[in-house]
This record gives sequence, structure tokens and C-alpha cells, in this order.
Amino acid sequence: MTAVEQVDQVFVTAKRHVVDLAPLEFQPIISVLLSIIPILAVFPLLFAITTILERKGLGRIQNRLGPNRVGPYGILQPVADGLKTLFKESVQPRAAEKVIFFLAPVVLVIPALLAFSVIPYGRNMVPLEMDAALLFFFAVGAGTELAVFMAGWASRNKYSLLGAMRAIAQMLSYEIPLILSAVPVVMLSGTLSPAAIVSAQDTYTATIAHWNVFKPWGFAAFIVFLIAAAAESNRSPFDLPEGESEIIAGYYIEYSGFKFALFFLGEYLGLFAICGLGITLFLGGYTAPFSFLNWIPSWIWFFTKLLALVCFFIWVRGTMPRVRMDQLMNFAWKFMLPMALINILAAAAWRFVPILGFRWSISALIVATGYFALGEGLTQKGQYGKRTYKFAS
Amino acid sequence: MPSSFYILALFTIASGFFAMSLRNLVHCALCLALSFLGVAGLFLHLNAGFIAFAQILVYVGAVAILIVFAILLTHNTEEKKGESATNLVLSIPLSAAVAAILLNGAFSTQLALRGTGNTAPSVRELGTALMTSYVVPLEIIGVLLTVALLGAIVLALPERSSPPEAG
Repeated sequence: MTAVEQVDQVFVTAKRHVVDLAPLEFQPIISVLLSIIPILAVFPLLFAITTILERKGLGRIQNRLGPNRVGPYGILQPVADGLKTLFKESVQPRAAEKVIFFLAPVVLVIPALLAFSVIPYGRNMVPLEMDAALLFFFAVGAGTELAVFMAGWASRNKYSLLGAMRAIAQMLSYEIPLILSAVPVVMLSGTLSPAAIVSAQDTYTATIAHWNVFKPWGFAAFIVFLIAAAAESNRSPFDLPEGESEIIAGYYIEYSGFKFALFFLGEYLGLFAICGLGITLFLGGYTAPFSFLNWIPSWIWFFTKLLALVCFFIWVRGTMPRVRMDQLMNFAWKFMLPMALINILAAAAWRFVPILGFRWSISALIVATGYFALGEGLTQKGQYGKRTYKFAS
Repeated sequence: MPSSFYILALFTIASGFFAMSLRNLVHCALCLALSFLGVAGLFLHLNAGFIAFAQILVYVGAVAILIVFAILLTHNTEEKKGESATNLVLSIPLSAAVAAILLNGAFSTQLALRGTGNTAPSVRELGTALMTSYVVPLEIIGVLLTVALLGAIVLALPERSSPPEAG
């Protein structure tokens, strides 16, 4: 092994050494623990970093300072927030369904953590290798909807039930384009295993990587995926389930103290997981964009891309107004879903047209035609014409 | 038979039992979701990962939510006291007949109850089988589901105030 490979594989070799130290009968369980503990340590830490990044970044966008009292430049703010939520009293409504009210945040956080088990963080760094790993990712994501319903219903509050219903309708609608946007990648790499999908993108032509996002179908799928990911993780501009101004935090309005923090944690963990999946599917996972940058360890690439995507979502949150409920649903069913289906057609064209130039132009043509035709369909019929006000003149 | 099978089976049956017997319909729906989860666990126990995850995705993610929505939109979730909907004359023979059909099916199949190790089909083999030997059933199911979807949309469309003129 060269020095570069040694640095690249440092976690893999370290884990193997530790496992070898243990007696034979404990080796499987130690190996599993050594895969789980880093996930449990790294991602909640990343959550803490992201909260300060988000508050500082939003402050910068909105021309204010953001938190700046705790520690130098306010970087210890997450610690203060965490301690505050730990010590706060956990208030429970008297009419609430006790068991379900308690279980809801747990049911929300566990699937979010499970989803991390199939993402490749670096070369040979997949915690759980599985044949149907991609399906596993989407399957555990399905548990969140039930958790949201449990939270909203068990609170016995009309605002939380309203928020839960909004959230579930939104999640169900955007789950379909999310899964369909992953289909072209699966079609063309011929596998459901994230590690194999990444290694299929690990080739270079003239120093530029063969990431899926650089192909016409991959680009369209990536955009659909990003929008659906924002909606799935209730990020702005799709944060209607929280709707701070009308339904005051939606389905977790009645939660306080650490349970409230768990909802936040679950939401951000979901965001990280879905960003990790997007990186795996479209942005080449742990591979470098240019072949001369291959000396940088693969895990650094993964986490750099993850932070970049998270910053992108913060930027979107700071600059985009929230969409309306009917716009949200129209957009999901009349644009995102057909676009994802058309994109599958473009991927099929890419697969079956033999000549490289033709392949590019036909695939790009299908994507562009679909985009403009669907866009026309959305904006016509005077739906989004001049705004009329019913009650204010 | 390993103990994990019994744990999963007990979990599935117990949550199914509670899904029938609890008084609050939303609790029943949540227990039903739990029992779907148990069935997915049984699939995993048979080394059928793909089917297990598809089960979770479809049943826990969509069907359970659909049931919950249906309950909330149609039914008053408060429990009704002193009201029993049991009709013993009708229900006992009916449930016995259903149980007989299911048990007959269960005992007449030769399915293995244990994971068969490396012989479990991979996702690739499943896909190839679906697209070659079983393509006709797959397409028929696809058409059936599309028809059901269209029917649901037709039912949900707002009715016209005046009936359309004939001819």
C-alpha cells in the first residue's frame, strides 16, 4: 500500500486491528459496534455544527449577526442549546395519548439513524453491505410518516393534527419523485448496492470524473432529487408542515424539552442521510471530481460534499419564500412526477443508443422537451397569473 | 427452528391480535403497522431482503398511512361505549371458512421456513424473473392497478350540477 492508500484506508485498517485484538467469539459484535458507534458519534456532532452554521448563515443572509454570545463568535451556541433542552421541563398535555406521545420522537429518530447504515462514506467504508441496500434506505424512510402522524394525533391539538396531515400529504407526494429519480441510476449501473453505484462512477475521461450528474438524465434526476429531498425533510421552501406563522411548528407544537430536540435531531439526521444518498447516487460518492485530486482521502471527499449540500440547503432556506399548499401539491403531481418518468425515458435512450454523440443529444433532447412542455402545462390556464385578493383590496 | 423465528412470529401475531381487539381505531391501525413490520421481519428471516423492504415501503409506508387517513376522515375516533357490532351467527362460520382456506394454503405449500443461505435469489435474479417468466402477470397487475387508480379519480371527481345530455 502506498502512503496515499494508507491514509485513505486508515479507518478500515484501524477497525480491522481492533477487531483482531478481540477474542474470536466477540469479533462479530465488536465489528458491528465499531460500525455503529462512529455513526452515532459523527452525525449528531454534525447536527450540532449544522445548527450553528445555519443560524450564522441565515443571519448573514438576513443582514444580522446571528448567535454571537456563547464562546468566541458564538460557536459554543449548540452546547448551550443542548443543555437548555436537556434541563427544560418536558410538558405533556393532559389529554395526550401518553404512550404514543412518548414513542413518536423515538420512532422518528430510529429510522433516520438506520438510513445511515447503507451509505458508503469512503472506499470500503460501508457499514452494512446489502443486495437491496437502496430499497432499505427508502423503506426505513417510510417509518417517518408514521412517526409524524403519531406525534400529531397523540398531542390532541388541532394544530398539530393539521400539521401532521400536511406533513404526511407532502411526504407521500414527494416520496414518489424521490424514488423515481433514483431509478435511472439503478437502471444504468444495474445494481441496488450504493457501493457498486459509486464504483461505477469512479472512472475518468480527460481528468473529469464520470459522475451521474454530468449526464443529461443524471442532471435532471439530480434536480428532481434535490427538490424532493428538500420536501421530504421539510426544509424551506417546503416547510409547510412546520408553518411557523400559521400552525406554529405543526405536528410537534405540544412537544417541549428534550423530546422537541429529538424532533429537530431527527429532521436534521434525515437531511444528512438524504444528502448522503444524493451524493452516492449522483455526485460520485467518495470519488474526486478530477483525477489529479485523487490523493485526497475518499472520506474527506464524502464529508466535503455533504457539508456543501447542507450549505446549499441553508442557502435555499435563507433566500426562497415558502410555497402555498396547492402550489406544493400541483408541483409534485403535475411537474415532478411526470418529469421523473420522462427522465427514465431519457436514461433508457442513453442506454440503448450506441453512438456517444447521438446518445448525448437524444437524452438531452428528451429531458429538455419534457421540462419545457411540463413547465408550459403548469403555468397555463391562468393558474399563476396576476394575484387576486379576496379579502384585502 | 431458531428462537428468532418464534420471537418474530409472536410479535406479528400479538400485534395482529391487538389490531383486532383494541377499542380505539387509531391504536388498531398502529398495531396493524407493527404487524406489517413483523411480517417484513419474517421475510428477512427467509433471506428475502428485497421483499422485506418492499413490504415495509408499501405496507408500513403507504397502506398504514392510507388506513389512518381513512379512519380520521370517515370515523369518529372516540370510543363508543355499550355498542357491539358482533353478529355471532354470521361471523363464526365466515371466519372459520376464511381460516380453513388460509390454513389449507399454508399447509399445502412446500415453502421453507428457514433462510436457505446462498440459494436465496438476488435482486438481479428477481428482476430477470419478473421481466421474463412472469412478465404477463406483472403487466396484468399493472393494468389492474391503473384501472383502480382511474376509478378512484372518477369517484372523487366533483359531480356536475346538471347531468350530461344523452347522445
